[in-house]
Amino acid sequence: MSLDFATPMFLIERNKERCFNCQICIRQCANEAHKWDSKKGQVYSIDANCVNCHRCVLMCPTRALSVKKFPWEFRYNANWTPEAIRQVYLQAESGGVLLTGMGNDRPYPVYWDHMLLNASQVTNPSIDPLREPMELKTYLGRKPDVLKIKKGKILEEMPPQLELDVPIMFAAMSFGAISLNAHKSLAAAAKKMGTYWNTGEGGLHADLVEYGSNTIVQVASGRFGVNREYLNVGAAIEIKIGQGAKPGIGGHLPGEKVGEEISKTRMIPQGTDALSPAPHHDIYSIEDLRQLIFSLKEATEYTKPVFVKIAAVHNVAAIASGIVRAGADAVVIDGFRGGTGAAPLRTRDSVGIPIEFALAAVDTRLREEGIRNKASIVIGGTIRNSADVVKAIALGADAVYIGTAALLALGCHICQKCYTGKCNWGIATQNPQLTKRLNPEIGQERLTNLLKAWAHEIEELMGGMGINALESLRGNRLMLRGIGLNDRELNILGIKAAGE
Amino acid sequence: MLKEGQIRIPAGCAISGIMNRKGEVFSGRDIIKSIALMHERSNGLGGGFAAYGIYPEFKKYYAFHIFFENKLAKQETEFLLKKYFQIDYDEAIPTRKVSSIKKSPIIWRYFAKPKVNRLIAHEASEAEYVVEFVMKVNSEIEGAFIFSSGKNMGVFKGVGYPEEIGDFFKIDEYKGYLWTAHGRFPTNTPGWWGGAHPFTLLNWSVVHNGEISSYDANRRYLEMYGYKCTLMTDTEAITYIFDLLLRKFGLPLESAVNIVAAPFWSNIERMEPERKKLMKSLRAVFGSLLINGPFSIILGGENGFVALNDRLKLRSLVAAEKGDIIYVASEESAIREVCPNPHRVWAPQGGEPVIGLLEGKEGIFDVEDDGLAEEEILQQSIAL
Repeated sequence: MSLDFATPMFLIERNKERCFNCQICIRQCANEAHKWDSKKGQVYSIDANCVNCHRCVLMCPTRALSVKKFPWEFRYNANWTPEAIRQVYLQAESGGVLLTGMGNDRPYPVYWDHMLLNASQVTNPSIDPLREPMELKTYLGRKPDVLKIKKGKILEEMPPQLELDVPIMFAAMSFGAISLNAHKSLAAAAKKMGTYWNTGEGGLHADLVEYGSNTIVQVASGRFGVNREYLNVGAAIEIKIGQGAKPGIGGHLPGEKVGEEISKTRMIPQGTDALSPAPHHDIYSIEDLRQLIFSLKEATEYTKPVFVKIAAVHNVAAIASGIVRAGADAVVIDGFRGGTGAAPLRTRDSVGIPIEFALAAVDTRLREEGIRNKASIVIGGTIRNSADVVKAIALGADAVYIGTAALLALGCHICQKCYTGKCNWGIATQNPQLTKRLNPEIGQERLTNLLKAWAHEIEELMGGMGINALESLRGNRLMLRGIGLNDRELNILGIKAAGE
Repeated sequence: MLKEGQIRIPAGCAISGIMNRKGEVFSGRDIIKSIALMHERSNGLGGGFAAYGIYPEFKKYYAFHIFFENKLAKQETEFLLKKYFQIDYDEAIPTRKVSSIKKSPIIWRYFAKPKVNRLIAHEASEAEYVVEFVMKVNSEIEGAFIFSSGKNMGVFKGVGYPEEIGDFFKIDEYKGYLWTAHGRFPTNTPGWWGGAHPFTLLNWSVVHNGEISSYDANRRYLEMYGYKCTLMTDTEAITYIFDLLLRKFGLPLESAVNIVAAPFWSNIERMEPERKKLMKSLRAVFGSLLINGPFSIILGGENGFVALNDRLKLRSLVAAEKGDIIYVASEESAIREVCPNPHRVWAPQGGEPVIGLLEGKEGIFDVEDDGLAEEEILQQSIAL
């Protein structure tokens, strides 16, 4: 056994004057970063176990704790950064693939921050959302080119649509990746706000069936929890082909997380690993996708829109076009910064493309082919705030998914350790001691607050642009200007530079 | 400096329209008087008129009014025109010298019919054939711009105050049953004649006051259906929206109005079920054609006009009636200038259309006659 080169990432500082050894931090930390020294009768910390999730910091009654970056530094090297060095040590030690959680944290450009919004001045009045109606409603689903109307009556039924009161939905996160209480919070908030949440690939827990009309049920490569009732209880079905955080690879829920509830919901034996294959083994090409889309439509008698979710990859525009032609009612694109419960680090950090480019390319392509009406575009990975939502819609999205932002509302601190099952905030864990920390009532309230706050901000931004209905913002790229972008980037985004 | 079509130029404006519902024709003098009163709403950088019923002797011909910046553009256009159309008469559009109007382009009109063999080979409706031709010339021939392409109607427009443009084109000498006019206040323009309003396509003409905030959403939707928004003006986009909804999609006028000035969701919720379903569907399907931001427009067609405000009524629009005559204008004074004592004057609500139709007509245009009558095609193809 060689020497372990691993060094702590964080330093736990305990203010001795404030600490009165109540041991709350010990009970709060599932990572066992706080210990009790029975000989000395005091609490001490093991820095190496700390993931910097702030649970102890916030729970400490005397605010005695703080967590800092560990001051111990490698000699400066622009090429061999501390992360690069640590990762080599870790792999030399374990011989394994590096795992991580949440979205790509590398300093790639965030293109939302390179786009600026317009506002009305003189020639066109801005609209005050406090005085005038401001409409955020939108419909997702395939739209016919024309409607047949006679004598004020519509002569044909519209294809099934989802009605959204706010253009923001909760992204797919499975029961397994996150806790039942997290699911309950998301489902209740979606219902309250007139929007939708997504089961992810993990089935729908029996307690959540009552939220069916606000639920998008996912069908992914493992088919976990998929049955006729599941398909029919949801408002829409989403076929998951890929995910922004780990395009091209599948998923793995370790057996130790598969307890009774998950076992029932996923329809697998307790304690078995739940493996989602990288591809759907009945989809090796686009024509196979068409068959799955239509089998799901058959199973639900054409009453539910079927979404197809893909990761933003290099050829995303052509793929999206194929998906629309295969009969999907909405294309969901997940950008390379999208979150995950667990992903190989190398995949998360180096595969895929930014959602801003993918969205612009897909919207442009579908319009060029004259099929933009045939499907809605939903994007995720990552939307961080209401301005990102507005920019996404102006680029061409019909609605957005939020995952990480929703988890943040529930208390997540993006410590990136979701895959350990030790989430101290009760979100990414199945440990009953931890999951009970997340009260679904409070969770629902916080999520509702977040959506309300964003909706207000979207209304303000739209009003400033002189727009009072979301559909007039959709694809309205003249409302965007690029800053700090080169010609080629502007071209792909289909926007002008600031000042033009 | 970039000219209109290369850059988007916002503009404020004045509009006016007069129509005789019996179809009796009258001189353009009144419309000049009416628009001239709103002089302050323009800045001398654009004015124009649309007149319906002015070419009774050529009513079966497309009247192409074209601006040419030079002789080469004229030659190129005529080459193309002769390829696709049979021209029966052409001439310079008569003008009068007006001291303030300088640097006018070559302004010509052609009365023409589509060549039947080309039309048949084209396998689309006659209207589509003409539209494609207009789009082709306007987007491909540099220095040529077809600014009017309807039958028994014509547009006269240019850079100047509208009353000067009226004088220049001798508007007072034409007689029509429907007139619309426009005075322009662009915030920035190099003064290009093609950029003035009305904007037309086939028999449609649009005069418009406002700056729409939904422009790019509208444009990108229209482009999916083959329209090329070469001028980058709101008016052009609005014209195409109506052309798409009414002519191509064949939607009722009421539905088109409900699309461009959609009722609010809160109002839709209160409607009876059948109507609610229709409105929801219209908004869900045609949301990209909602015209957002301030506007007042007059859409002219062969059978009449529709005047419409945005749904918040962010621009002024007044209507009046006296006998068979119906008036609409940006300001009431512009109506009273030519009709001091109307029987009724009203300010339509936002999104509430004022529809003026010729007696006995149900829609703003006759349902597509798909070009030539059958026997006419037969005769001509025998002749070929």
